[in-house]
Amino acid sequence: MSVLAPTRRLGLTGNDAVALAWKQINPDVVAAYPITPSTQVVEKFSQYVADGVVQTQFVPVESEHSALSACVGAAACGARVMTATSSQGLALMHEILYIAAGLRLPIVMAVANRALSAPINIHGDHSDAMGSRDSGWLQLYAKDVQDAYDLTILAVRVAERARLPVMVGLDGFTLSHSLEVVDVYGDDAVRAFVGPGPDDHYHFLDSPEPITIGPLALPDSYMDFRRALAEAVARSAEIIAREAAAFREHFGRSLPVFVEPVAMEAARAAVVLMGSYAGVVEEAVLRWREAGRAVGLVRPVVFRPFPAEALRAALAGVEHVVVMERADTLSTLGGPLGVELRAALYGAVRRPVVTDVIFGLGGRELREEDLEQVGRLVEEAPGGVRYLGTGDGV
Amino acid sequence: MSTQASWRALDRGPVIAGGTSRAFLTGTWRTERPVLDLERCIHCMLCWLYCPDSSIQARDGRVVGIDLDHCKGCGVCAAVCPPRAHAIVMVPEGQP
Ligand code: SF4
Ligand code: SF4
Repeated sequence: MSVLAPTRRLGLTGNDAVALAWKQINPDVVAAYPITPSTQVVEKFSQYVADGVVQTQFVPVESEHSALSACVGAAACGARVMTATSSQGLALMHEILYIAAGLRLPIVMAVANRALSAPINIHGDHSDAMGSRDSGWLQLYAKDVQDAYDLTILAVRVAERARLPVMVGLDGFTLSHSLEVVDVYGDDAVRAFVGPGPDDHYHFLDSPEPITIGPLALPDSYMDFRRALAEAVARSAEIIAREAAAFREHFGRSLPVFVEPVAMEAARAAVVLMGSYAGVVEEAVLRWREAGRAVGLVRPVVFRPFPAEALRAALAGVEHVVVMERADTLSTLGGPLGVELRAALYGAVRRPVVTDVIFGLGGRELREEDLEQVGRLVEEAPGGVRYLGTGDGV
Repeated sequence: MSTQASWRALDRGPVIAGGTSRAFLTGTWRTERPVLDLERCIHCMLCWLYCPDSSIQARDGRVVGIDLDHCKGCGVCAAVCPPRAHAIVMVPEGQP
């Protein structure tokens, strides 16, 4: 372990852990509007600002649209910028999400993932961030509070080196509000890791040398910018791998990228699952393994760029995959992870049967009997799309 | 900008030098053109204030002409010019 990184163990909720990471990072600007379940990130951080323990310019705004707009302006001036949101707030940012990515601004956003209306619901699922998946933002998903803390710190370096904005997802309530024991690094260690800030300031306010950011681009150039953005997202995979290695070197803790395989040795079937339920499903998978069933778990940590290669490698020997996900595309083809996983596997030499299981929407819990049903699906490999926990069986 | 693989140079997003709107000749879109009669003009500067393209040329607080490279022919100047002065009329392009 690096000498720079004496760790403390603290009991923190996911929101506290994100706010603490922000405090240690000491960003130049935070512009945010509180929304459940991410509210406490902003609450806690504004307390740090009021106490003078960070030098951050805090911009309280009247909506999420303004929050991200202020972030875009500040990031365009070369500032290191953070914000947090959830659900309808992220939906309200939608227009500006594309602008942040298109302008190649390294904004880091915590998303305490929550369902979308209607009906109104404040609890956790991945529908909010999945609605942003084609915006050019990179997306990382935490499994536990430790992950939420670590990925927030990692995201700063990834964003600034890839020149792309990054979302760090932590499941609403199950992570945002649950207390867990977290290894927290020293302030100096975190600041040494993230460094002084984005290196290529745009000098927006340099009046002797004025520039225009985000001018009109007509058919002769617009598509070239979009092509460059697509390339940047593709290339960010290398950057994520490199920065995760630097993180391990610096803090002495390994971060799984791009997927975390559990009990996948000689597995014939696998569950693929992102986010906080990975812990519960891991228990079930280990029980199934003990009972002699060759089942493993693959947890994608990165959703953008889509970890197609890592998933293909992790699932190479597998005949059947059950994707468990907390969002739907309403396309009749299942949830976004299942749809993209099928696309990624289409060119594989041996294609496993993929069963897409949508569960946990709006915070619906995953119960023991639901896990038994998942176990049956793993066995029977029916394919298609299933809804778990709505009373009529899968 | 060339479309020949120029995207490779676009790794920092769309940023251009300031003041480029001067080189962008919006006057080429025009179908009607303002014709200014300086004999009638009372230099109230209403046209200068309202022109959305900053195309009314002024010196020392007096109107001196119209920048037809950037005037896109919206007719706002003619509309705000006081009726009794009636110093600007819109004329279809191609007519004297
Ligand atoms: S026609 Fe419109 S653009 Fe042209 S000078 Fe008059 S107000 Fe300006
Ligand atoms: S509005 Fe008419 S009178 Fe007034 S400055 Fe312009 S041209 Fe002259």
